[in-house]
Amino acid sequence: MELFNIFIKSAFIDNLVLSYFLGMCSYLAVSKSVKTAFGLGMAVIFVLGITMPINWLINEFLLKDTGIFGTDLTFLRFILFIAVIASMVQLVEMVVEKVSPALYNALGIFLPLITVNCAILGGSLFMVSREYTFGESVSFGLGGGFGWFLAIIAIAAIREKIRYSDVPPALRGLGMAFILTGLMGIAFMSLMGIDPGSY
Amino acid sequence: MAETLETKKTAAEPLFGKKERKLIVDPLNDNNPITVQVLGICSALAVTSLLYPSIVISIAVVFVCAFANVITSLLRNNIPKSVRLIVQLVVIATLVTVVELVLKAFSYPVYKNLSVYIGLIITNCIVMGRLEAFAMANKPWRSFIDGIGNGLGYGAILIIVAFFRELFGKGTLFAGTPIAMNIIGPDSPAVDYWLNTNAEWLSWYSNNNIAVLPAAAMFIIGILIWVQRSYNQKLVDVS
Repeated sequence: MELFNIFIKSAFIDNLVLSYFLGMCSYLAVSKSVKTAFGLGMAVIFVLGITMPINWLINEFLLKDTGIFGTDLTFLRFILFIAVIASMVQLVEMVVEKVSPALYNALGIFLPLITVNCAILGGSLFMVSREYTFGESVSFGLGGGFGWFLAIIAIAAIREKIRYSDVPPALRGLGMAFILTGLMGIAFMSLMGIDPGSY
Repeated sequence: MAETLETKKTAAEPLFGKKERKLIVDPLNDNNPITVQVLGICSALAVTSLLYPSIVISIAVVFVCAFANVITSLLRNNIPKSVRLIVQLVVIATLVTVVELVLKAFSYPVYKNLSVYIGLIITNCIVMGRLEAFAMANKPWRSFIDGIGNGLGYGAILIIVAFFRELFGKGTLFAGTPIAMNIIGPDSPAVDYWLNTNAEWLSWYSNNNIAVLPAAAMFIIGILIWVQRSYNQKLVDVS
């Protein structure tokens, strides 16, 4: 039950995009059509779900002073985390290419771009600062990825619709996307009243 | 003969000529990292609720961007294509760790306030984007200028956004520093001082809590883009 709470909380209340504004660059760049947004969203769920437990293990058993080296190596955290993320993305890319060439072609350049998606590294750093256990970190990774997926699908759908609206020329495209994201952020805030921890 | 060739070369490439000036000025407006290239938004928005931390993170980004550019530019002929992303990330991560440790040592409250966002400079797409687009193909000195220019363009937006968010959200400027100022709102000493009244008629303003939320940063950047594109027609999105 606790794990489910964390999943819901990280997907809706602590949404990585709309509450923390992480992973914004690819969120704004790839949200022009629902189709590509869907592919990228799935890839982000997958990468977040995998890197989070791996980074948890690294942090717990290698970096902390209770780990196998017996010294405090937390200053290496950034380098190790980003290396794990980069190699996982590389691995995912190879597996997807082998197993499903169609999906690989559909995702194209967006797959390697996940490496520099701030939501992935940000998620790992949040996991450390919130001191999650292993199970909680898995749940947080999947929930965070799901929240990111939902957010990018929502904005892509709105942007597809708004193309036919009469927006001032200077605000068209990027400017409107920013303002929309702000409005969605406020809308998501209303979910904060629902705290699954209080049940 | 060799001497004239040498002088010609130095004459053709002055240390700080037109091209270098373009590298600094361009990112401030025509090629701004945030409003035009749409890079580096992730780590920017959450820190801009106060002016002082935004200035700190702007300086950090200028530093990281400039030196990551120089180091990558020096290494550019020795990096194999297949591992270049990892090499670039290691360079950036090292510099960011330096920044983090310096902040932790000299300005602990700011370090606490910025928490994970210092680490997120690593995945700040401008740093990586400039390494890919510029430093991998240019000489160190020019890459250094480019890094400074892009860092400044990024910082400029950050500081503008932070100015409005702090002013409307808290009614102060530079909160958390010795020169903290209370500008507007019911308990503003500035109003007392400048207008020599108890300024009850100015106390209509109560702090706008939306400006403290990250969502306000999205609105302000959206409006900035609107203003910028109204003046700079060539940036308008035609699609």
